[in-house]
Amino acid sequence: MEYTRREALALGIGAVVLTMLPMHAHAAADDAIAAFTGGADVTEGGVTLTAPELAENGASVPISVAAEGAVAILVVATGNPTPNVATFNFGPLSGASAASTRIRLAGTQDLIAVAKMADGSFARASANVMVTIGGCTG
Amino acid sequence: MAEGVRPRVRAPETAKAGETVVLRTLISHQMESGQRRDADGSLIPRSIINRFTCEFNGEMVIDVKMEPAISANPYFEFEAVIPEAGDLTFTWYDDDGDIYTDVASVAMA
Repeated sequence: MEYTRREALALGIGAVVLTMLPMHAHAAADDAIAAFTGGADVTEGGVTLTAPELAENGASVPISVAAEGAVAILVVATGNPTPNVATFNFGPLSGASAASTRIRLAGTQDLIAVAKMADGSFARASANVMVTIGGCTG
Repeated sequence: MAEGVRPRVRAPETAKAGETVVLRTLISHQMESGQRRDADGSLIPRSIINRFTCEFNGEMVIDVKMEPAISANPYFEFEAVIPEAGDLTFTWYDDDGDIYTDVASVAMA
């Protein structure tokens, strides 16, 4: 099989776009995290992110976040059309810096929780969720 | 006004001073993400609840900024410290400017 110059070019561009796509998705998530932290360093650990390993229905995936001493927790879904999921701000009468909710996931992806501690430092945790049926456009 | 919006709250009726209680809230809302298309292929505009707060006697317990990735009929579970008898006020802010509230009174045990 012979390729014309035009076809070869199209194939090349397609391949480049394909390899860039996942990076692009993560870049949006990184931007969302940077907007929350203001570019400060984020350490691993100190945050608990509970999510199912396998979610049959991406339209409603139960998650829990907890971080002792956190004043705010950001949840980011790296594979969603818009990565931001929710920001929990804990007030003075909050019992524990923890919350549970249900979220939409477009497909199998990594979830990231970033906690802002009372002393201004940031910590993060991530979890991979396999999604059988996506929940954003269906 | 979005139709059929009904907030539901589960909170204890009594608590000891300084006790930490678990609160659960659910509000019926379609949370249209703005990503879906109708039968003609045109985008259905976004219409979600974008913020949820819980206060006790005017002091903040939790303030959640919500994005379209929150499921339909948003559910939240969290904890609050109850220092005295009073009212828990739950408030949801809709994209269309509507505000839904629910109040749960907590007495001292």
